[in-house]
Amino acid sequence: MSSAKDNILGSIRAALREVPAEEQPEDIEVPRDYRKQGEGGVIDIVERFAERVGEYKATVNRIHEEELKDTIAESCRGEGVEALAVPDGFPGEWLPDDLTLLQDKKDAPLSHRELDRSDGVITTCALGIAQTGTLVLDAGAGQGRRVLTLLPDYHLCIIWESQIVELVSEGFRYFEASVEQEGPPLTFISGPSATSDIELSRVEGVHGPRRLEVLIVSR
Amino acid sequence: MPEHNTGADWINVDFISVTMKNKKKTPTFEETAKAYLSNTQLRRNIGHATHTIREKRETVVGEMPDWEILREAGSQLKKRVMRHLDDYLLQLEASVQEAGGKVHWAGDAEEANRIIADLVKEQQAEEVVKVKSITTDEIGLNQALAGEGIRALETDLAELIVQLAEDEPSHILVPAIHKNRSEIRELFRKKLNQQELSDRPEDLAEAARLYLRKKFLNAKVGISGANFAVADTGTVAVVESEGNGRMCTTLPETLITVMGIEKIIPRWRDFEVFMQLLPRSSTAERMNPYNSFWTGVTEGDGPREFHLVLLDNGRTNVLADEVGRQTLNCIRCSACLNVCPVYERTGGHAYNSVYPGPIGAILTPQLRGLDDEGAASLPYASTLCGACYEVCPVKINIPEVLVHLRGKIVDRKKREGGLKTKTDPEHVGMRWMGRAFTKRSRYERAQKIARLGQKIFVRDGTISNLPGELSGWTAMRDLKPIPKQTFREWWGDRDE
Repeated sequence: MSSAKDNILGSIRAALREVPAEEQPEDIEVPRDYRKQGEGGVIDIVERFAERVGEYKATVNRIHEEELKDTIAESCRGEGVEALAVPDGFPGEWLPDDLTLLQDKKDAPLSHRELDRSDGVITTCALGIAQTGTLVLDAGAGQGRRVLTLLPDYHLCIIWESQIVELVSEGFRYFEASVEQEGPPLTFISGPSATSDIELSRVEGVHGPRRLEVLIVSR
Repeated sequence: MPEHNTGADWINVDFISVTMKNKKKTPTFEETAKAYLSNTQLRRNIGHATHTIREKRETVVGEMPDWEILREAGSQLKKRVMRHLDDYLLQLEASVQEAGGKVHWAGDAEEANRIIADLVKEQQAEEVVKVKSITTDEIGLNQALAGEGIRALETDLAELIVQLAEDEPSHILVPAIHKNRSEIRELFRKKLNQQELSDRPEDLAEAARLYLRKKFLNAKVGISGANFAVADTGTVAVVESEGNGRMCTTLPETLITVMGIEKIIPRWRDFEVFMQLLPRSSTAERMNPYNSFWTGVTEGDGPREFHLVLLDNGRTNVLADEVGRQTLNCIRCSACLNVCPVYERTGGHAYNSVYPGPIGAILTPQLRGLDDEGAASLPYASTLCGACYEVCPVKINIPEVLVHLRGKIVDRKKREGGLKTKTDPEHVGMRWMGRAFTKRSRYERAQKIARLGQKIFVRDGTISNLPGELSGWTAMRDLKPIPKQTFREWWGDRDE
């Protein structure tokens, strides 16, 4: 194989000469007694999630399942959305009737230009993390390809209360099996895109969606 | 010219020897820092930035009852990786390949640049979009690509500012922190052809969004760094705020990621440690807006080709030093910069390296080697106050490594210097001190002699002006005179 590879591995082995040959990586002990399992009740967790997502200047709405369709229509109207991108597998019964729906299909994907011209996108998500106010998308049904939640300027994301965990550790463990088996692309979203590059003043919205709205839905 | 001067504009220093292999002589920290210290605008900008992030960091870290355990876990995980780096790299290579990616190995900057340029040419791309990556700055990728007729476009707002200004980054996290809004407006007016632009950060960000959106949509190749790569699964992570990282890693058909060989973590689960440590230490947020994790290529979603370039470029030298090795634990959060009393006053450019601040003071000399005079001056750019160690999320004992490197530099000088070094006043003085400390009687005699000798130099209780060869010592610091009576003398004389 490549000589660069052999050289690098050779240098590493020479550099690590003092490491005993019988040492296994696991012999270096890693303390794992940090918080791994949340202790908050469901009500507290949902409350905290809503609060922390809100702190990132995202719009947060807590609603009941029955209000979904109306709320979605209202939000889209309020944001001036006319053309809404919709991922494959998103429940059709929630979608507003008076909008142009741009359906992303596996055999007929929307082009980057079409997405760029759309006014917004609506998705579900895979998980929410209360500790950090984070939404996780794993490209599953109703969430779509990564680009869907990237090019439109407005992202309306729907999360069931039951999808919210308390801690970051719980979040990563939730995806452990799927990453090890299929390795879907994962995107963690904590508030709208932002920058503090100019004199450290925070500006919401640079390249991703500048407006993020989250509907937390109870059944 | 903008109204305010910034260091970068008016000090004409031959910056950063771009590739580490190319041993251009870099100026010493002392030489460069002097000029930056007198730039009040720069000091105001940097002071504001470091203090703001420092305070925010303290708040979000204070929220975490298990912070110290997480730090220890992060440190131990990195130690595990470093001590078995060869195995982990092979594991990573296999898992990335299995997930549909290609892995390339690069011994130095030149090799890495060659590999990347060839990959870009294969796609017949003349322009590539880039996510902020210090590793690509380290290897001088943009210049190397330019030499091949390929334009590398920085897409992080700060990096774009730095690139348009033909400047150098001054901070790991916020590279354009030395520029204020009116300077940036002037720059955008000129370079982005935006005449009617206000200096509100919102408007400036909007201008960048419009300019870059077209570029993203047309890009065939994206280039990124990596914050982490999981050996076990081949998953690569990019942590960011603006969304340009997502753009670069999602839109182009080909993605090339360059990562230092030390960026490995063993398993997916270990993210639960590092993804808690990094955002709070870096941007001082609970979580930064966007984190992208991808494993090779996914059909119908994102790039069709994924290349991972594994870069050594001096890292195995760092690994070979048992004390210095911990430097490779660094996850590039920049918390150490924000608490450093030296960085706060000189800013990042004084370090003449893409890695400024305390971490740069130990990383740069180890990567470049101590025969680079500029790099060898960096371990002295510290008061050894230890604030950097306290905030480091992976517990790199920066003061320990600084002292270790200073020791190596002195030893080297002694070895190479011959007679000239042996008669060097500092060396003679230290030897004399060493002898005095070996025996109590000698030490006490020396004290008595010095007490007599110092009389004519003491002014207002301090010695600030020693003559001749000794003046070097007092040029930078005052010396406390030996007191009329030492504690031991007083102890011996006191009435029982």
